[in-house]
Amino acid sequence: MTLRVLNPTSESTVVASQPAPRLQSLEGKTVGLISNGKEGTAGFFAHVDRLLRERYSVAEVILRTKSNYSAPAEDEIIDEARNWDLAITGLGD
Amino acid sequence: MSSALNSQFFDLDDSSDVQEFYHSKGWTDGFPIVPPTPEAVQACLDWVLMPPNEIIGIEPVRERAIDAEKLAINAVMAGCLPMHFPAVVSAWMAMLKDEFLLHGTTASTGGCAILVILNGPIRQEIGARSDFNVLGSSDRATSVIGRAIRLALINILQVSPGAIDRSTLGHPGKISYCIAEDEENSNWPSLAESRDIPTDASAVTVLAACAPRQIMNEWTTKPEEILDTYAAEMRANMRNYSIWSGNYVVVMPAQHREHMRAAGWGRNEIANYLFEKARIKRSEWSTVGKGSVIRDKGDTEYCALPSPDHLLLVAAGGPAGGFGAIIPPWLGMKSQAVTVAIGACVDCEPPESSKLE
Repeated sequence: MTLRVLNPTSESTVVASQPAPRLQSLEGKTVGLISNGKEGTAGFFAHVDRLLRERYSVAEVILRTKSNYSAPAEDEIIDEARNWDLAITGLGD
Repeated sequence: MSSALNSQFFDLDDSSDVQEFYHSKGWTDGFPIVPPTPEAVQACLDWVLMPPNEIIGIEPVRERAIDAEKLAINAVMAGCLPMHFPAVVSAWMAMLKDEFLLHGTTASTGGCAILVILNGPIRQEIGARSDFNVLGSSDRATSVIGRAIRLALINILQVSPGAIDRSTLGHPGKISYCIAEDEENSNWPSLAESRDIPTDASAVTVLAACAPRQIMNEWTTKPEEILDTYAAEMRANMRNYSIWSGNYVVVMPAQHREHMRAAGWGRNEIANYLFEKARIKRSEWSTVGKGSVIRDKGDTEYCALPSPDHLLLVAAGGPAGGFGAIIPPWLGMKSQAVTVAIGACVDCEPPESSKLE
């Protein structure tokens, strides 16, 4: 006699999002940095900013900081990000 | 009866096979589980009068729907009987409110657990105890309800250690963290009533909470002096863990409550006193090794509570002993306590098929 038991995990399929087209070069591009605002992010993103400009000739680096580091970025930041060539986020805890 | 269920099923040889199979899949908390058979799961759904595909809510950050069937499977695995399931469902409804920020609380390195506080008639209906060992393994009902919350997080939202759960330490409440208030031996309105739930309704309150910090004061009968000990522990938490204001739980045992009652102090007097006393200045960080982040804000005063109403005062604990506890919030007001009534259909009788023998 067998025991029939059920799968406890979510079985719904999550549609994978498509990554944005990769850039061939950062030269002259606009890069956005979305910071979670934690203590360690100031020095970290300042360093990233400098590297992007000096080593990769990025035209402009824009830093935006979430109001709640445990919540998603505000709609205003996401809207603004549409104007960037590249965004860097999810770093700096 | 099981034909309405939608989940994938497995036919395994016996209970031992079930244990090893579920452990091997990463579907447990490390303890044995109750095999979630279609019959047991259906009985939980019958008790709450929900079809399997009823949406309990949607986790707003990752946009994942939580349905009644998956919740019931995890509740059965945790050891829940059908009569325990309404509290699990209601707790999840509360956890899925935006202000609870479920994703942040469960993913954070901070390692909080989800504390569930039961109020109302359901406590006695399911045998939840509020006295001896209340913050430990006090009874079956609170143990399995708390465990169901965690197993559902692990299995439905992938809140496994190292996956979504990025806790540095976590704490034992992440196995099970559920208590019931001792309303019968309390001289103040219940926690749920203080949060606008009608008298006689059952309710759950959920809080993203750190581990309990126990205090002891058996050397006075004065409310002010007793509460000074609680306030000192809240201040210690503000210095050593997080300075931000939020929903603090105070678990007050019978011995302390008796002194409060004798002096005519109720919920409001206690909350007002702690609101005034649980404060520190940022400069105090220098005493605990955090001087580097005081900057020019040393004189800024922080209060543990945004207002007296943010105190979650809970009457609970054994009949003897001057031991109480504060349970700090995860991180200020980034996640807020949520209270919901249990069951929209409070007068409905569960179907005959799901009644206990």
